[in-house]
Amino acid sequence: MSTTHMNTHDAHDEHHDHDPAPHNVFGFWLYLMTDCLLFATIFATYAVLFMNTAGGVSGKDIFELDFVLVETALLLISSITYGFSMICAHKKDKKGTLSWLSVTFLLGAGFIAMEIYEFHHLIVHGNGPQASAFLSAFFTLVGTHGLHVTAGLIWMAILMIELIVSGFGSRTVTRLSCLSLFWHFLDVIWICVFTVVYLMGAI
Amino acid sequence: MSDHSSEAHSHGSVKSYLTGFIWSVILTGIPFWMVMTEAFDKGPTYITIILLAIVQIFVHLKYFLHLNFSTDQGKLDAYSFLFALMIIVMVVALSVWIIFASNAMMM
Amino acid sequence: MSILGKLSLDAIPFHEPILIATFSAVALGGLVLAFLLIKYNLLGTLWNNWLTSVDHKRLGVMYIVLALIMLLRGFADAVMMRLQLALSTNGGEGYLPPHHYDQVFTAHGVIMIIFMAMPFMIGLMNIVLPLQIGARDVAFPFLNNLSFWLTAGGAILVNISLFVGEFAKTGWVAYPPLAGLQFSPDVGVDYYIWALQISGIGTTLTAVNFLATVFKMRAPGMKLMDMPIFTWTCTWANILIAASFPILTVTLALLTLDRYLDFHFFTNDGGGNSMMYINLFWAWGHPEVYILVLPAFGIFSEVVSTFTGKRLFGHKSMIWASGAISILGFIVWLHHFFTMGSSANVNAFFGMATMVIAVPTGVKLFNWLFTMYRGRLRVTVPVLWTLGFMVTFTIGGMTGVLLAVPGADYVLHNSLFLIAHFHNTIIGGAVFGYLAGFVFWFPKVMGFTLNEKLGKTAFWCWLIGFFLAFMPLYVLGFLGMTRRLNHTDNPDWNIWLYIALVGAFVIMAGIISQLLQLYVSFRDRKDNMDTTGDPWNAHTLEWATSSPPQSYNFAVIPTVSDIDAFTDMKEKGEAYVRKDSYAPIHMPKNTASGMLVSGCVTVMGFALIWHIWWLAALGLFGSFVFLVIRAYTKDVDYYVQPDEVARTENAYLDSVAKG
Repeated sequence: MSTTHMNTHDAHDEHHDHDPAPHNVFGFWLYLMTDCLLFATIFATYAVLFMNTAGGVSGKDIFELDFVLVETALLLISSITYGFSMICAHKKDKKGTLSWLSVTFLLGAGFIAMEIYEFHHLIVHGNGPQASAFLSAFFTLVGTHGLHVTAGLIWMAILMIELIVSGFGSRTVTRLSCLSLFWHFLDVIWICVFTVVYLMGAI
Repeated sequence: MSDHSSEAHSHGSVKSYLTGFIWSVILTGIPFWMVMTEAFDKGPTYITIILLAIVQIFVHLKYFLHLNFSTDQGKLDAYSFLFALMIIVMVVALSVWIIFASNAMMM
Repeated sequence: MSILGKLSLDAIPFHEPILIATFSAVALGGLVLAFLLIKYNLLGTLWNNWLTSVDHKRLGVMYIVLALIMLLRGFADAVMMRLQLALSTNGGEGYLPPHHYDQVFTAHGVIMIIFMAMPFMIGLMNIVLPLQIGARDVAFPFLNNLSFWLTAGGAILVNISLFVGEFAKTGWVAYPPLAGLQFSPDVGVDYYIWALQISGIGTTLTAVNFLATVFKMRAPGMKLMDMPIFTWTCTWANILIAASFPILTVTLALLTLDRYLDFHFFTNDGGGNSMMYINLFWAWGHPEVYILVLPAFGIFSEVVSTFTGKRLFGHKSMIWASGAISILGFIVWLHHFFTMGSSANVNAFFGMATMVIAVPTGVKLFNWLFTMYRGRLRVTVPVLWTLGFMVTFTIGGMTGVLLAVPGADYVLHNSLFLIAHFHNTIIGGAVFGYLAGFVFWFPKVMGFTLNEKLGKTAFWCWLIGFFLAFMPLYVLGFLGMTRRLNHTDNPDWNIWLYIALVGAFVIMAGIISQLLQLYVSFRDRKDNMDTTGDPWNAHTLEWATSSPPQSYNFAVIPTVSDIDAFTDMKEKGEAYVRKDSYAPIHMPKNTASGMLVSGCVTVMGFALIWHIWWLAALGLFGSFVFLVIRAYTKDVDYYVQPDEVARTENAYLDSVAKG
């Protein structure tokens, strides 16, 4: 047993040269490209349906831009705090990483809370997604982004627990890098959402 | 490729994150201000906010998502994004054209 | 609402003798299989070496087994339809009432495209692609296993619909408003939605996986443009999957929201626009047909160059032609619904874009012809499939160009001419390709070659059967018969419907020959052993391994300096070289996680179909938990030790030396 396994350590070193981690981040990036297409399809649907209000409200009637501006600010700031957390992660600074992640998490949770409030507000005033094709498309587009942010928050919470419990393992930075791509990618989607849905809808 | 696993995807510095952040604050602020104050006519407002959004997307891609053409990995990431962008433009533009043209036929 | 949602004993079709007989047969078959597995003590092997395997070759085999089973199911549907149409002429009713017949043609389409052709293509890709680029596995082996089980989960849902409830009666495209809640209130469309959704997500993950593999894991020295042609055509197909399957995901999700939560995307009221569904469906659906056919083109290329003993003519132009087809494939989708009535400009644009696709396809045909020109073509079974394809597909392509003329399409839309056209391209293009690939790579996977005689019988039955079954449909299209008719009363059509039925039986003879071929070849495997790993004197790296290949594929990752890497190695005397020592090889461990995650997702799908909300939530939560557990499992890999590698390699090289 001992003789046959002697080379395992060498193999580990050789294996380290082609660490699978870059594959992981690149693979995740490719997945994000498919996610891009997914959002693009919903945007196309929104573009086709946004005028079909079926006699109900249009975007101009229901969008409150100062509210959206605050949502946007939360997401933008959460992007840079995530960036700072990544800088700490590359230095293997556990405390820094965790603190910046917590700030990011709170900002993201704030965004989601505001979105839930907005949806709830619309629904109780009879402007739920069942009211018209425009509202169906609006809820689906903004809601899909919101679901992604929520998934990002759950993922972030799991990674924070991982950091607290076992510190930096071999794959932690890779995982944080993937989530970083996800988080910044959702920012890019949000730029399209606030421009196409809210701003152009409110003009 | 460097020795550190995730450095295949380059990561930013405090300075680059701050640069990106300041740009994106400006590029978010102007369109919101234009629409909320109704300072301009509709036409110019539409064009400006769309252009600023496109600029902001590329700012985010550069400073936050670290796309670049200087490393092999950066190129691969950037080209895969550009390909996705091409498909998105084709699918969205043609879909909108198809449906709007058929709506017009029913007017 | 009860704890089981809409599900009750009424959902079991006791009053349908055909279904009860089918169910009994399937149940009996399952029992016999289980008995045999237990009797020969194979359950452990099945679980350890196959169901939980992350080895791309074994996953490929499982994909192909799934595809073959689904081929039998889909073909049974086809025969039922042809039989119904032959029995229901002159105003007769036939034996299949419309509500059953409608499910049969929907299931036939869904199964043949999503659960036969796709798994067949992905199976061949799984087996061959990593070997061709000199890799030990794909980039994400666990993900590969998960993708397979998601595909299988979708297939299971479709087949459950046979015995619990019903399948969609909408046709395989499920256009609303017919597929909306108002006109399809039963569970059929929900089966359709969740089967496609779950398998579609698996397919998207497969594409991501294989793209990462070809971009990151090629053998040293292999430039992108030097990748073998099958790998390249699969890569284009994967790019198309990654770009188009998200559109399907969204389209189905929007239909789901309409049906489950009363949204108004595709409804008649509330401002919905059902044309947008048609538009999005084909924005996925057209790239989908190129996803099916491009890898088949790659197989024909490999077969032609191998059996002429020459390098493929125009390797680069083949790659670029595939790329042109892929990208053009994204700007032609409206030709599926010219008659929707968009503007003349729209129809003209898409008509012209469609015709342009004939150009790169023509480039390919000439490349194959030029490869054969002045070569010594060995007329083996894969070559027969290839020659049959070149004739058949050209006819299908020409009728396609005809349909691309919007004016002509207004006459032929949804007629049997269309049905003949797309079967002509999908059977004559994709399926012939997969069957060629099946015979071509079978010895690589199983270690023995397939019986030549029965292979040739199967080919001729398929080819003749195809022409008998589908040429009459062109005629029927011109005579004005539309698709999805349950019965007819036009005497002029009768003779063609009878001929088509005969054609279906001839194809059946072909399929039976193939099953016989498998049995006979297995029985006589001792005489047909592939001891060298290279039975055809082929060009690419998959033949540089033993048959079946070692679990780690290559003891030493080869360095590549030529497009035909293995030919190059053989010429330089670098093939079959015995090494003095080997390094340990790092390999992923098998895992049941993929099955568990996908099992939960499938349960969730079933629960959503029947509105069993608590079970759906449980399924979703279960899949999440199993994924997290997998993410934090540390024991996921092992090392093959050098002495074991040396033993395996020496045994292989000894058998090569013996010949």
